[in-house]
Amino acid sequence: MSKKAVTLLVMFLTLGLFVAGCGDEETGSGDSGDGETVKFMHLWPEGSSAEHNRIVKDIIADFEEENDGVTIDLEVLSNEQYKDKLQVLSTSDELPDVGMTWAAGFMEPYVEGGKFASLDDIVEGDLEDTFVEGTTEAYSVDGTTYGLPLELNTANVFYNKTIFDEYGLEEPETYEEFQEVIQTLAENGETPIALGNKDRWTGSLWYMYFADRIAGPGALTEAIEGDGSFTSPELTQAAEEVQNLVDMDAFNSGFNGLSDEEAKSMFMNEQAAMYLIATWDLPNYTTNEDVPQEFRDSVGYFDFPTVEGEGDMDSYVGGPGVGLFVSENSEVKEEAKDFASFFVEQWGEKSVTEAGVIPASKVDPESLDLPDMYVEVLNDLNNASNITLFADVQMSSDAADVHLDQIQALFGNEITPEDFAEAHEEALSEEE
Amino acid sequence: MNKVMSNKWMIAIYILPALILIGILIFIPLILTAYYGLMDWDGIGTMEFIGLENYINAVQDVKFWDSAWHSSLLAVFSTLSLGVYLAISMILASKIKGSDLLRKIYLIPMLLSSVAIAQLWIKVFNPQNGVLNQLLLAIGVETPPNWLSDPDIVLYAIFIPILWQYAGFYILIYYAALKNIPESLIEAARIDGATPIQIAYKIKLPLIKGVVKVTVVLAIVGSLKYFDLIYVMTGGGPNGASEVMASYMYKLAFSTNDFGYGSAIGFLLLIITLIVTVIVRKLTADEEELQY
Repeated sequence: MSKKAVTLLVMFLTLGLFVAGCGDEETGSGDSGDGETVKFMHLWPEGSSAEHNRIVKDIIADFEEENDGVTIDLEVLSNEQYKDKLQVLSTSDELPDVGMTWAAGFMEPYVEGGKFASLDDIVEGDLEDTFVEGTTEAYSVDGTTYGLPLELNTANVFYNKTIFDEYGLEEPETYEEFQEVIQTLAENGETPIALGNKDRWTGSLWYMYFADRIAGPGALTEAIEGDGSFTSPELTQAAEEVQNLVDMDAFNSGFNGLSDEEAKSMFMNEQAAMYLIATWDLPNYTTNEDVPQEFRDSVGYFDFPTVEGEGDMDSYVGGPGVGLFVSENSEVKEEAKDFASFFVEQWGEKSVTEAGVIPASKVDPESLDLPDMYVEVLNDLNNASNITLFADVQMSSDAADVHLDQIQALFGNEITPEDFAEAHEEALSEEE
Repeated sequence: MNKVMSNKWMIAIYILPALILIGILIFIPLILTAYYGLMDWDGIGTMEFIGLENYINAVQDVKFWDSAWHSSLLAVFSTLSLGVYLAISMILASKIKGSDLLRKIYLIPMLLSSVAIAQLWIKVFNPQNGVLNQLLLAIGVETPPNWLSDPDIVLYAIFIPILWQYAGFYILIYYAALKNIPESLIEAARIDGATPIQIAYKIKLPLIKGVVKVTVVLAIVGSLKYFDLIYVMTGGGPNGASEVMASYMYKLAFSTNDFGYGSAIGFLLLIITLIVTVIVRKLTADEEELQY
């Protein structure tokens, strides 16, 4: 008898727990006044991005305090897992109310599937003039903005001052001076430039800068969008200049087989004098304690030089990192939008001072306590005349793959600049 | 036991768990892959049925046939290398001094994970700081090759670690097979005046023929679907010079978001591997099974 009683009791208890569990959830959301819960997913786990994670927590706490009755339901995943989960959630229409996305190519399928909400009202309203020129465009499809950019990276040539001093070299301002620098270094047995072109986008940066300087800031974007052409004399010349550099032995040998990481370690071990990389690497040359102080002090950077007197040194190649999206099918869209715009406002200064991220929103570097190199970069950005988005991000994934493979072939002298241009035109025309 | 096995239903129940697992994990995905190959699908949005277009495109895709050619080259080299492994195993099995130690040394690459091997050989092949080029410089070669970035060399350079990786596996199989040959047979041959080479060719080889056949199939199929080291070491580059079928499939499905086309390539890869396996089995088929 008693056995049966115990079994019954356990059964009821379990059932009770189950019911109570369900009940809790209902009262949970009911408790908080208006009862709005905004689901938010981001990709900075405590372990790998401690500072980012903490800033997000602070912002959420502030938001909840200011907006009585709204709670933020947080979910954190690491990068790759995040991408996977977003894809799965999207197919079952369960995207979080606010989440993170990458620009252009990555978000396009989501926008076409009607998963992301238009954020034009925020960009033209509360957050007008908040963002650095050209960053929100990267999150637009057909003129409508679907993402609020958080990070911004521009590519610059970083160089080793110690090596430059040894040969009496100075920061070049024109391409001719740049070539002289390379020649001097090469003649003295130094490797002028570290390049890891196995990753392909690294080489693309060089081509993009030549295109920007020779053909003008908008030319490459126009060619990609079909308003211009890769076969134009200017863009072909840009490809030619890349091969000229290769023929000058400007890059380390075997660059097509080396990853960017390997190239970086050459630069960081003072085996190469220059390295073209985006500003996400800034901590390595300023605040990162794992890098010897002596090396950090010896690194400077310069903007890509003008070519034959043409080109605007305030025009950059770069692109935003992640941005915020709001789900189109969210039940709490208004609150979600409020949160997204609050997030961006708070993110700017906090991210650069506490996490060393260059934010996509404008900040006043003079008012902040930052390493010199950061102040310089932020000033550059505030004066930037144009930012051309990384070519492989701008293109659809198929065309991007052709572009990147062609870059490798161009650097490897396997093809002529004309072949390079033709291949691009062909790949882009297949799109339509 | 016999009583149980005589009941057909019992047999069905016993094989059911394994059958279900294989079905769910292998056959259903296989059919799904073939099905996705009929779709225009980016992996996120809606699928659109386009019939055989992906398969037709794949058959006309120069890059696909290039990668298939690279895979076949790998298959040829793996098969040829089996001869070397067989020779090594024969020497090891003939009770030379230290054969135990050598056997273990040959086996070590098999114990390393593919990614570790890839990282190791990336370092070896490094054009400036790599062991290999340092060595070549030291013995007076003025411009040592850029192993992983020269499109003419990269494929062969990458074959070296791939073959090295599996050497221990085949040597182990041959060694075990050779050890199974009764000592008395070899003893008898020796008394009749056979030389060691005659013993190897006329006695040992025919006796382990079955094992050799299996390894040939393993080597060819393994090569055709090979992926790991290529993906980590070059990603198929530069400009597709070291692309194999599996890495091309991966690239299409996951980097260019063309899931439908990638699936079609994956299914073709399966078909090609199946056909080659059947051909190899036919070619090596043998009417009389040798026994001892």
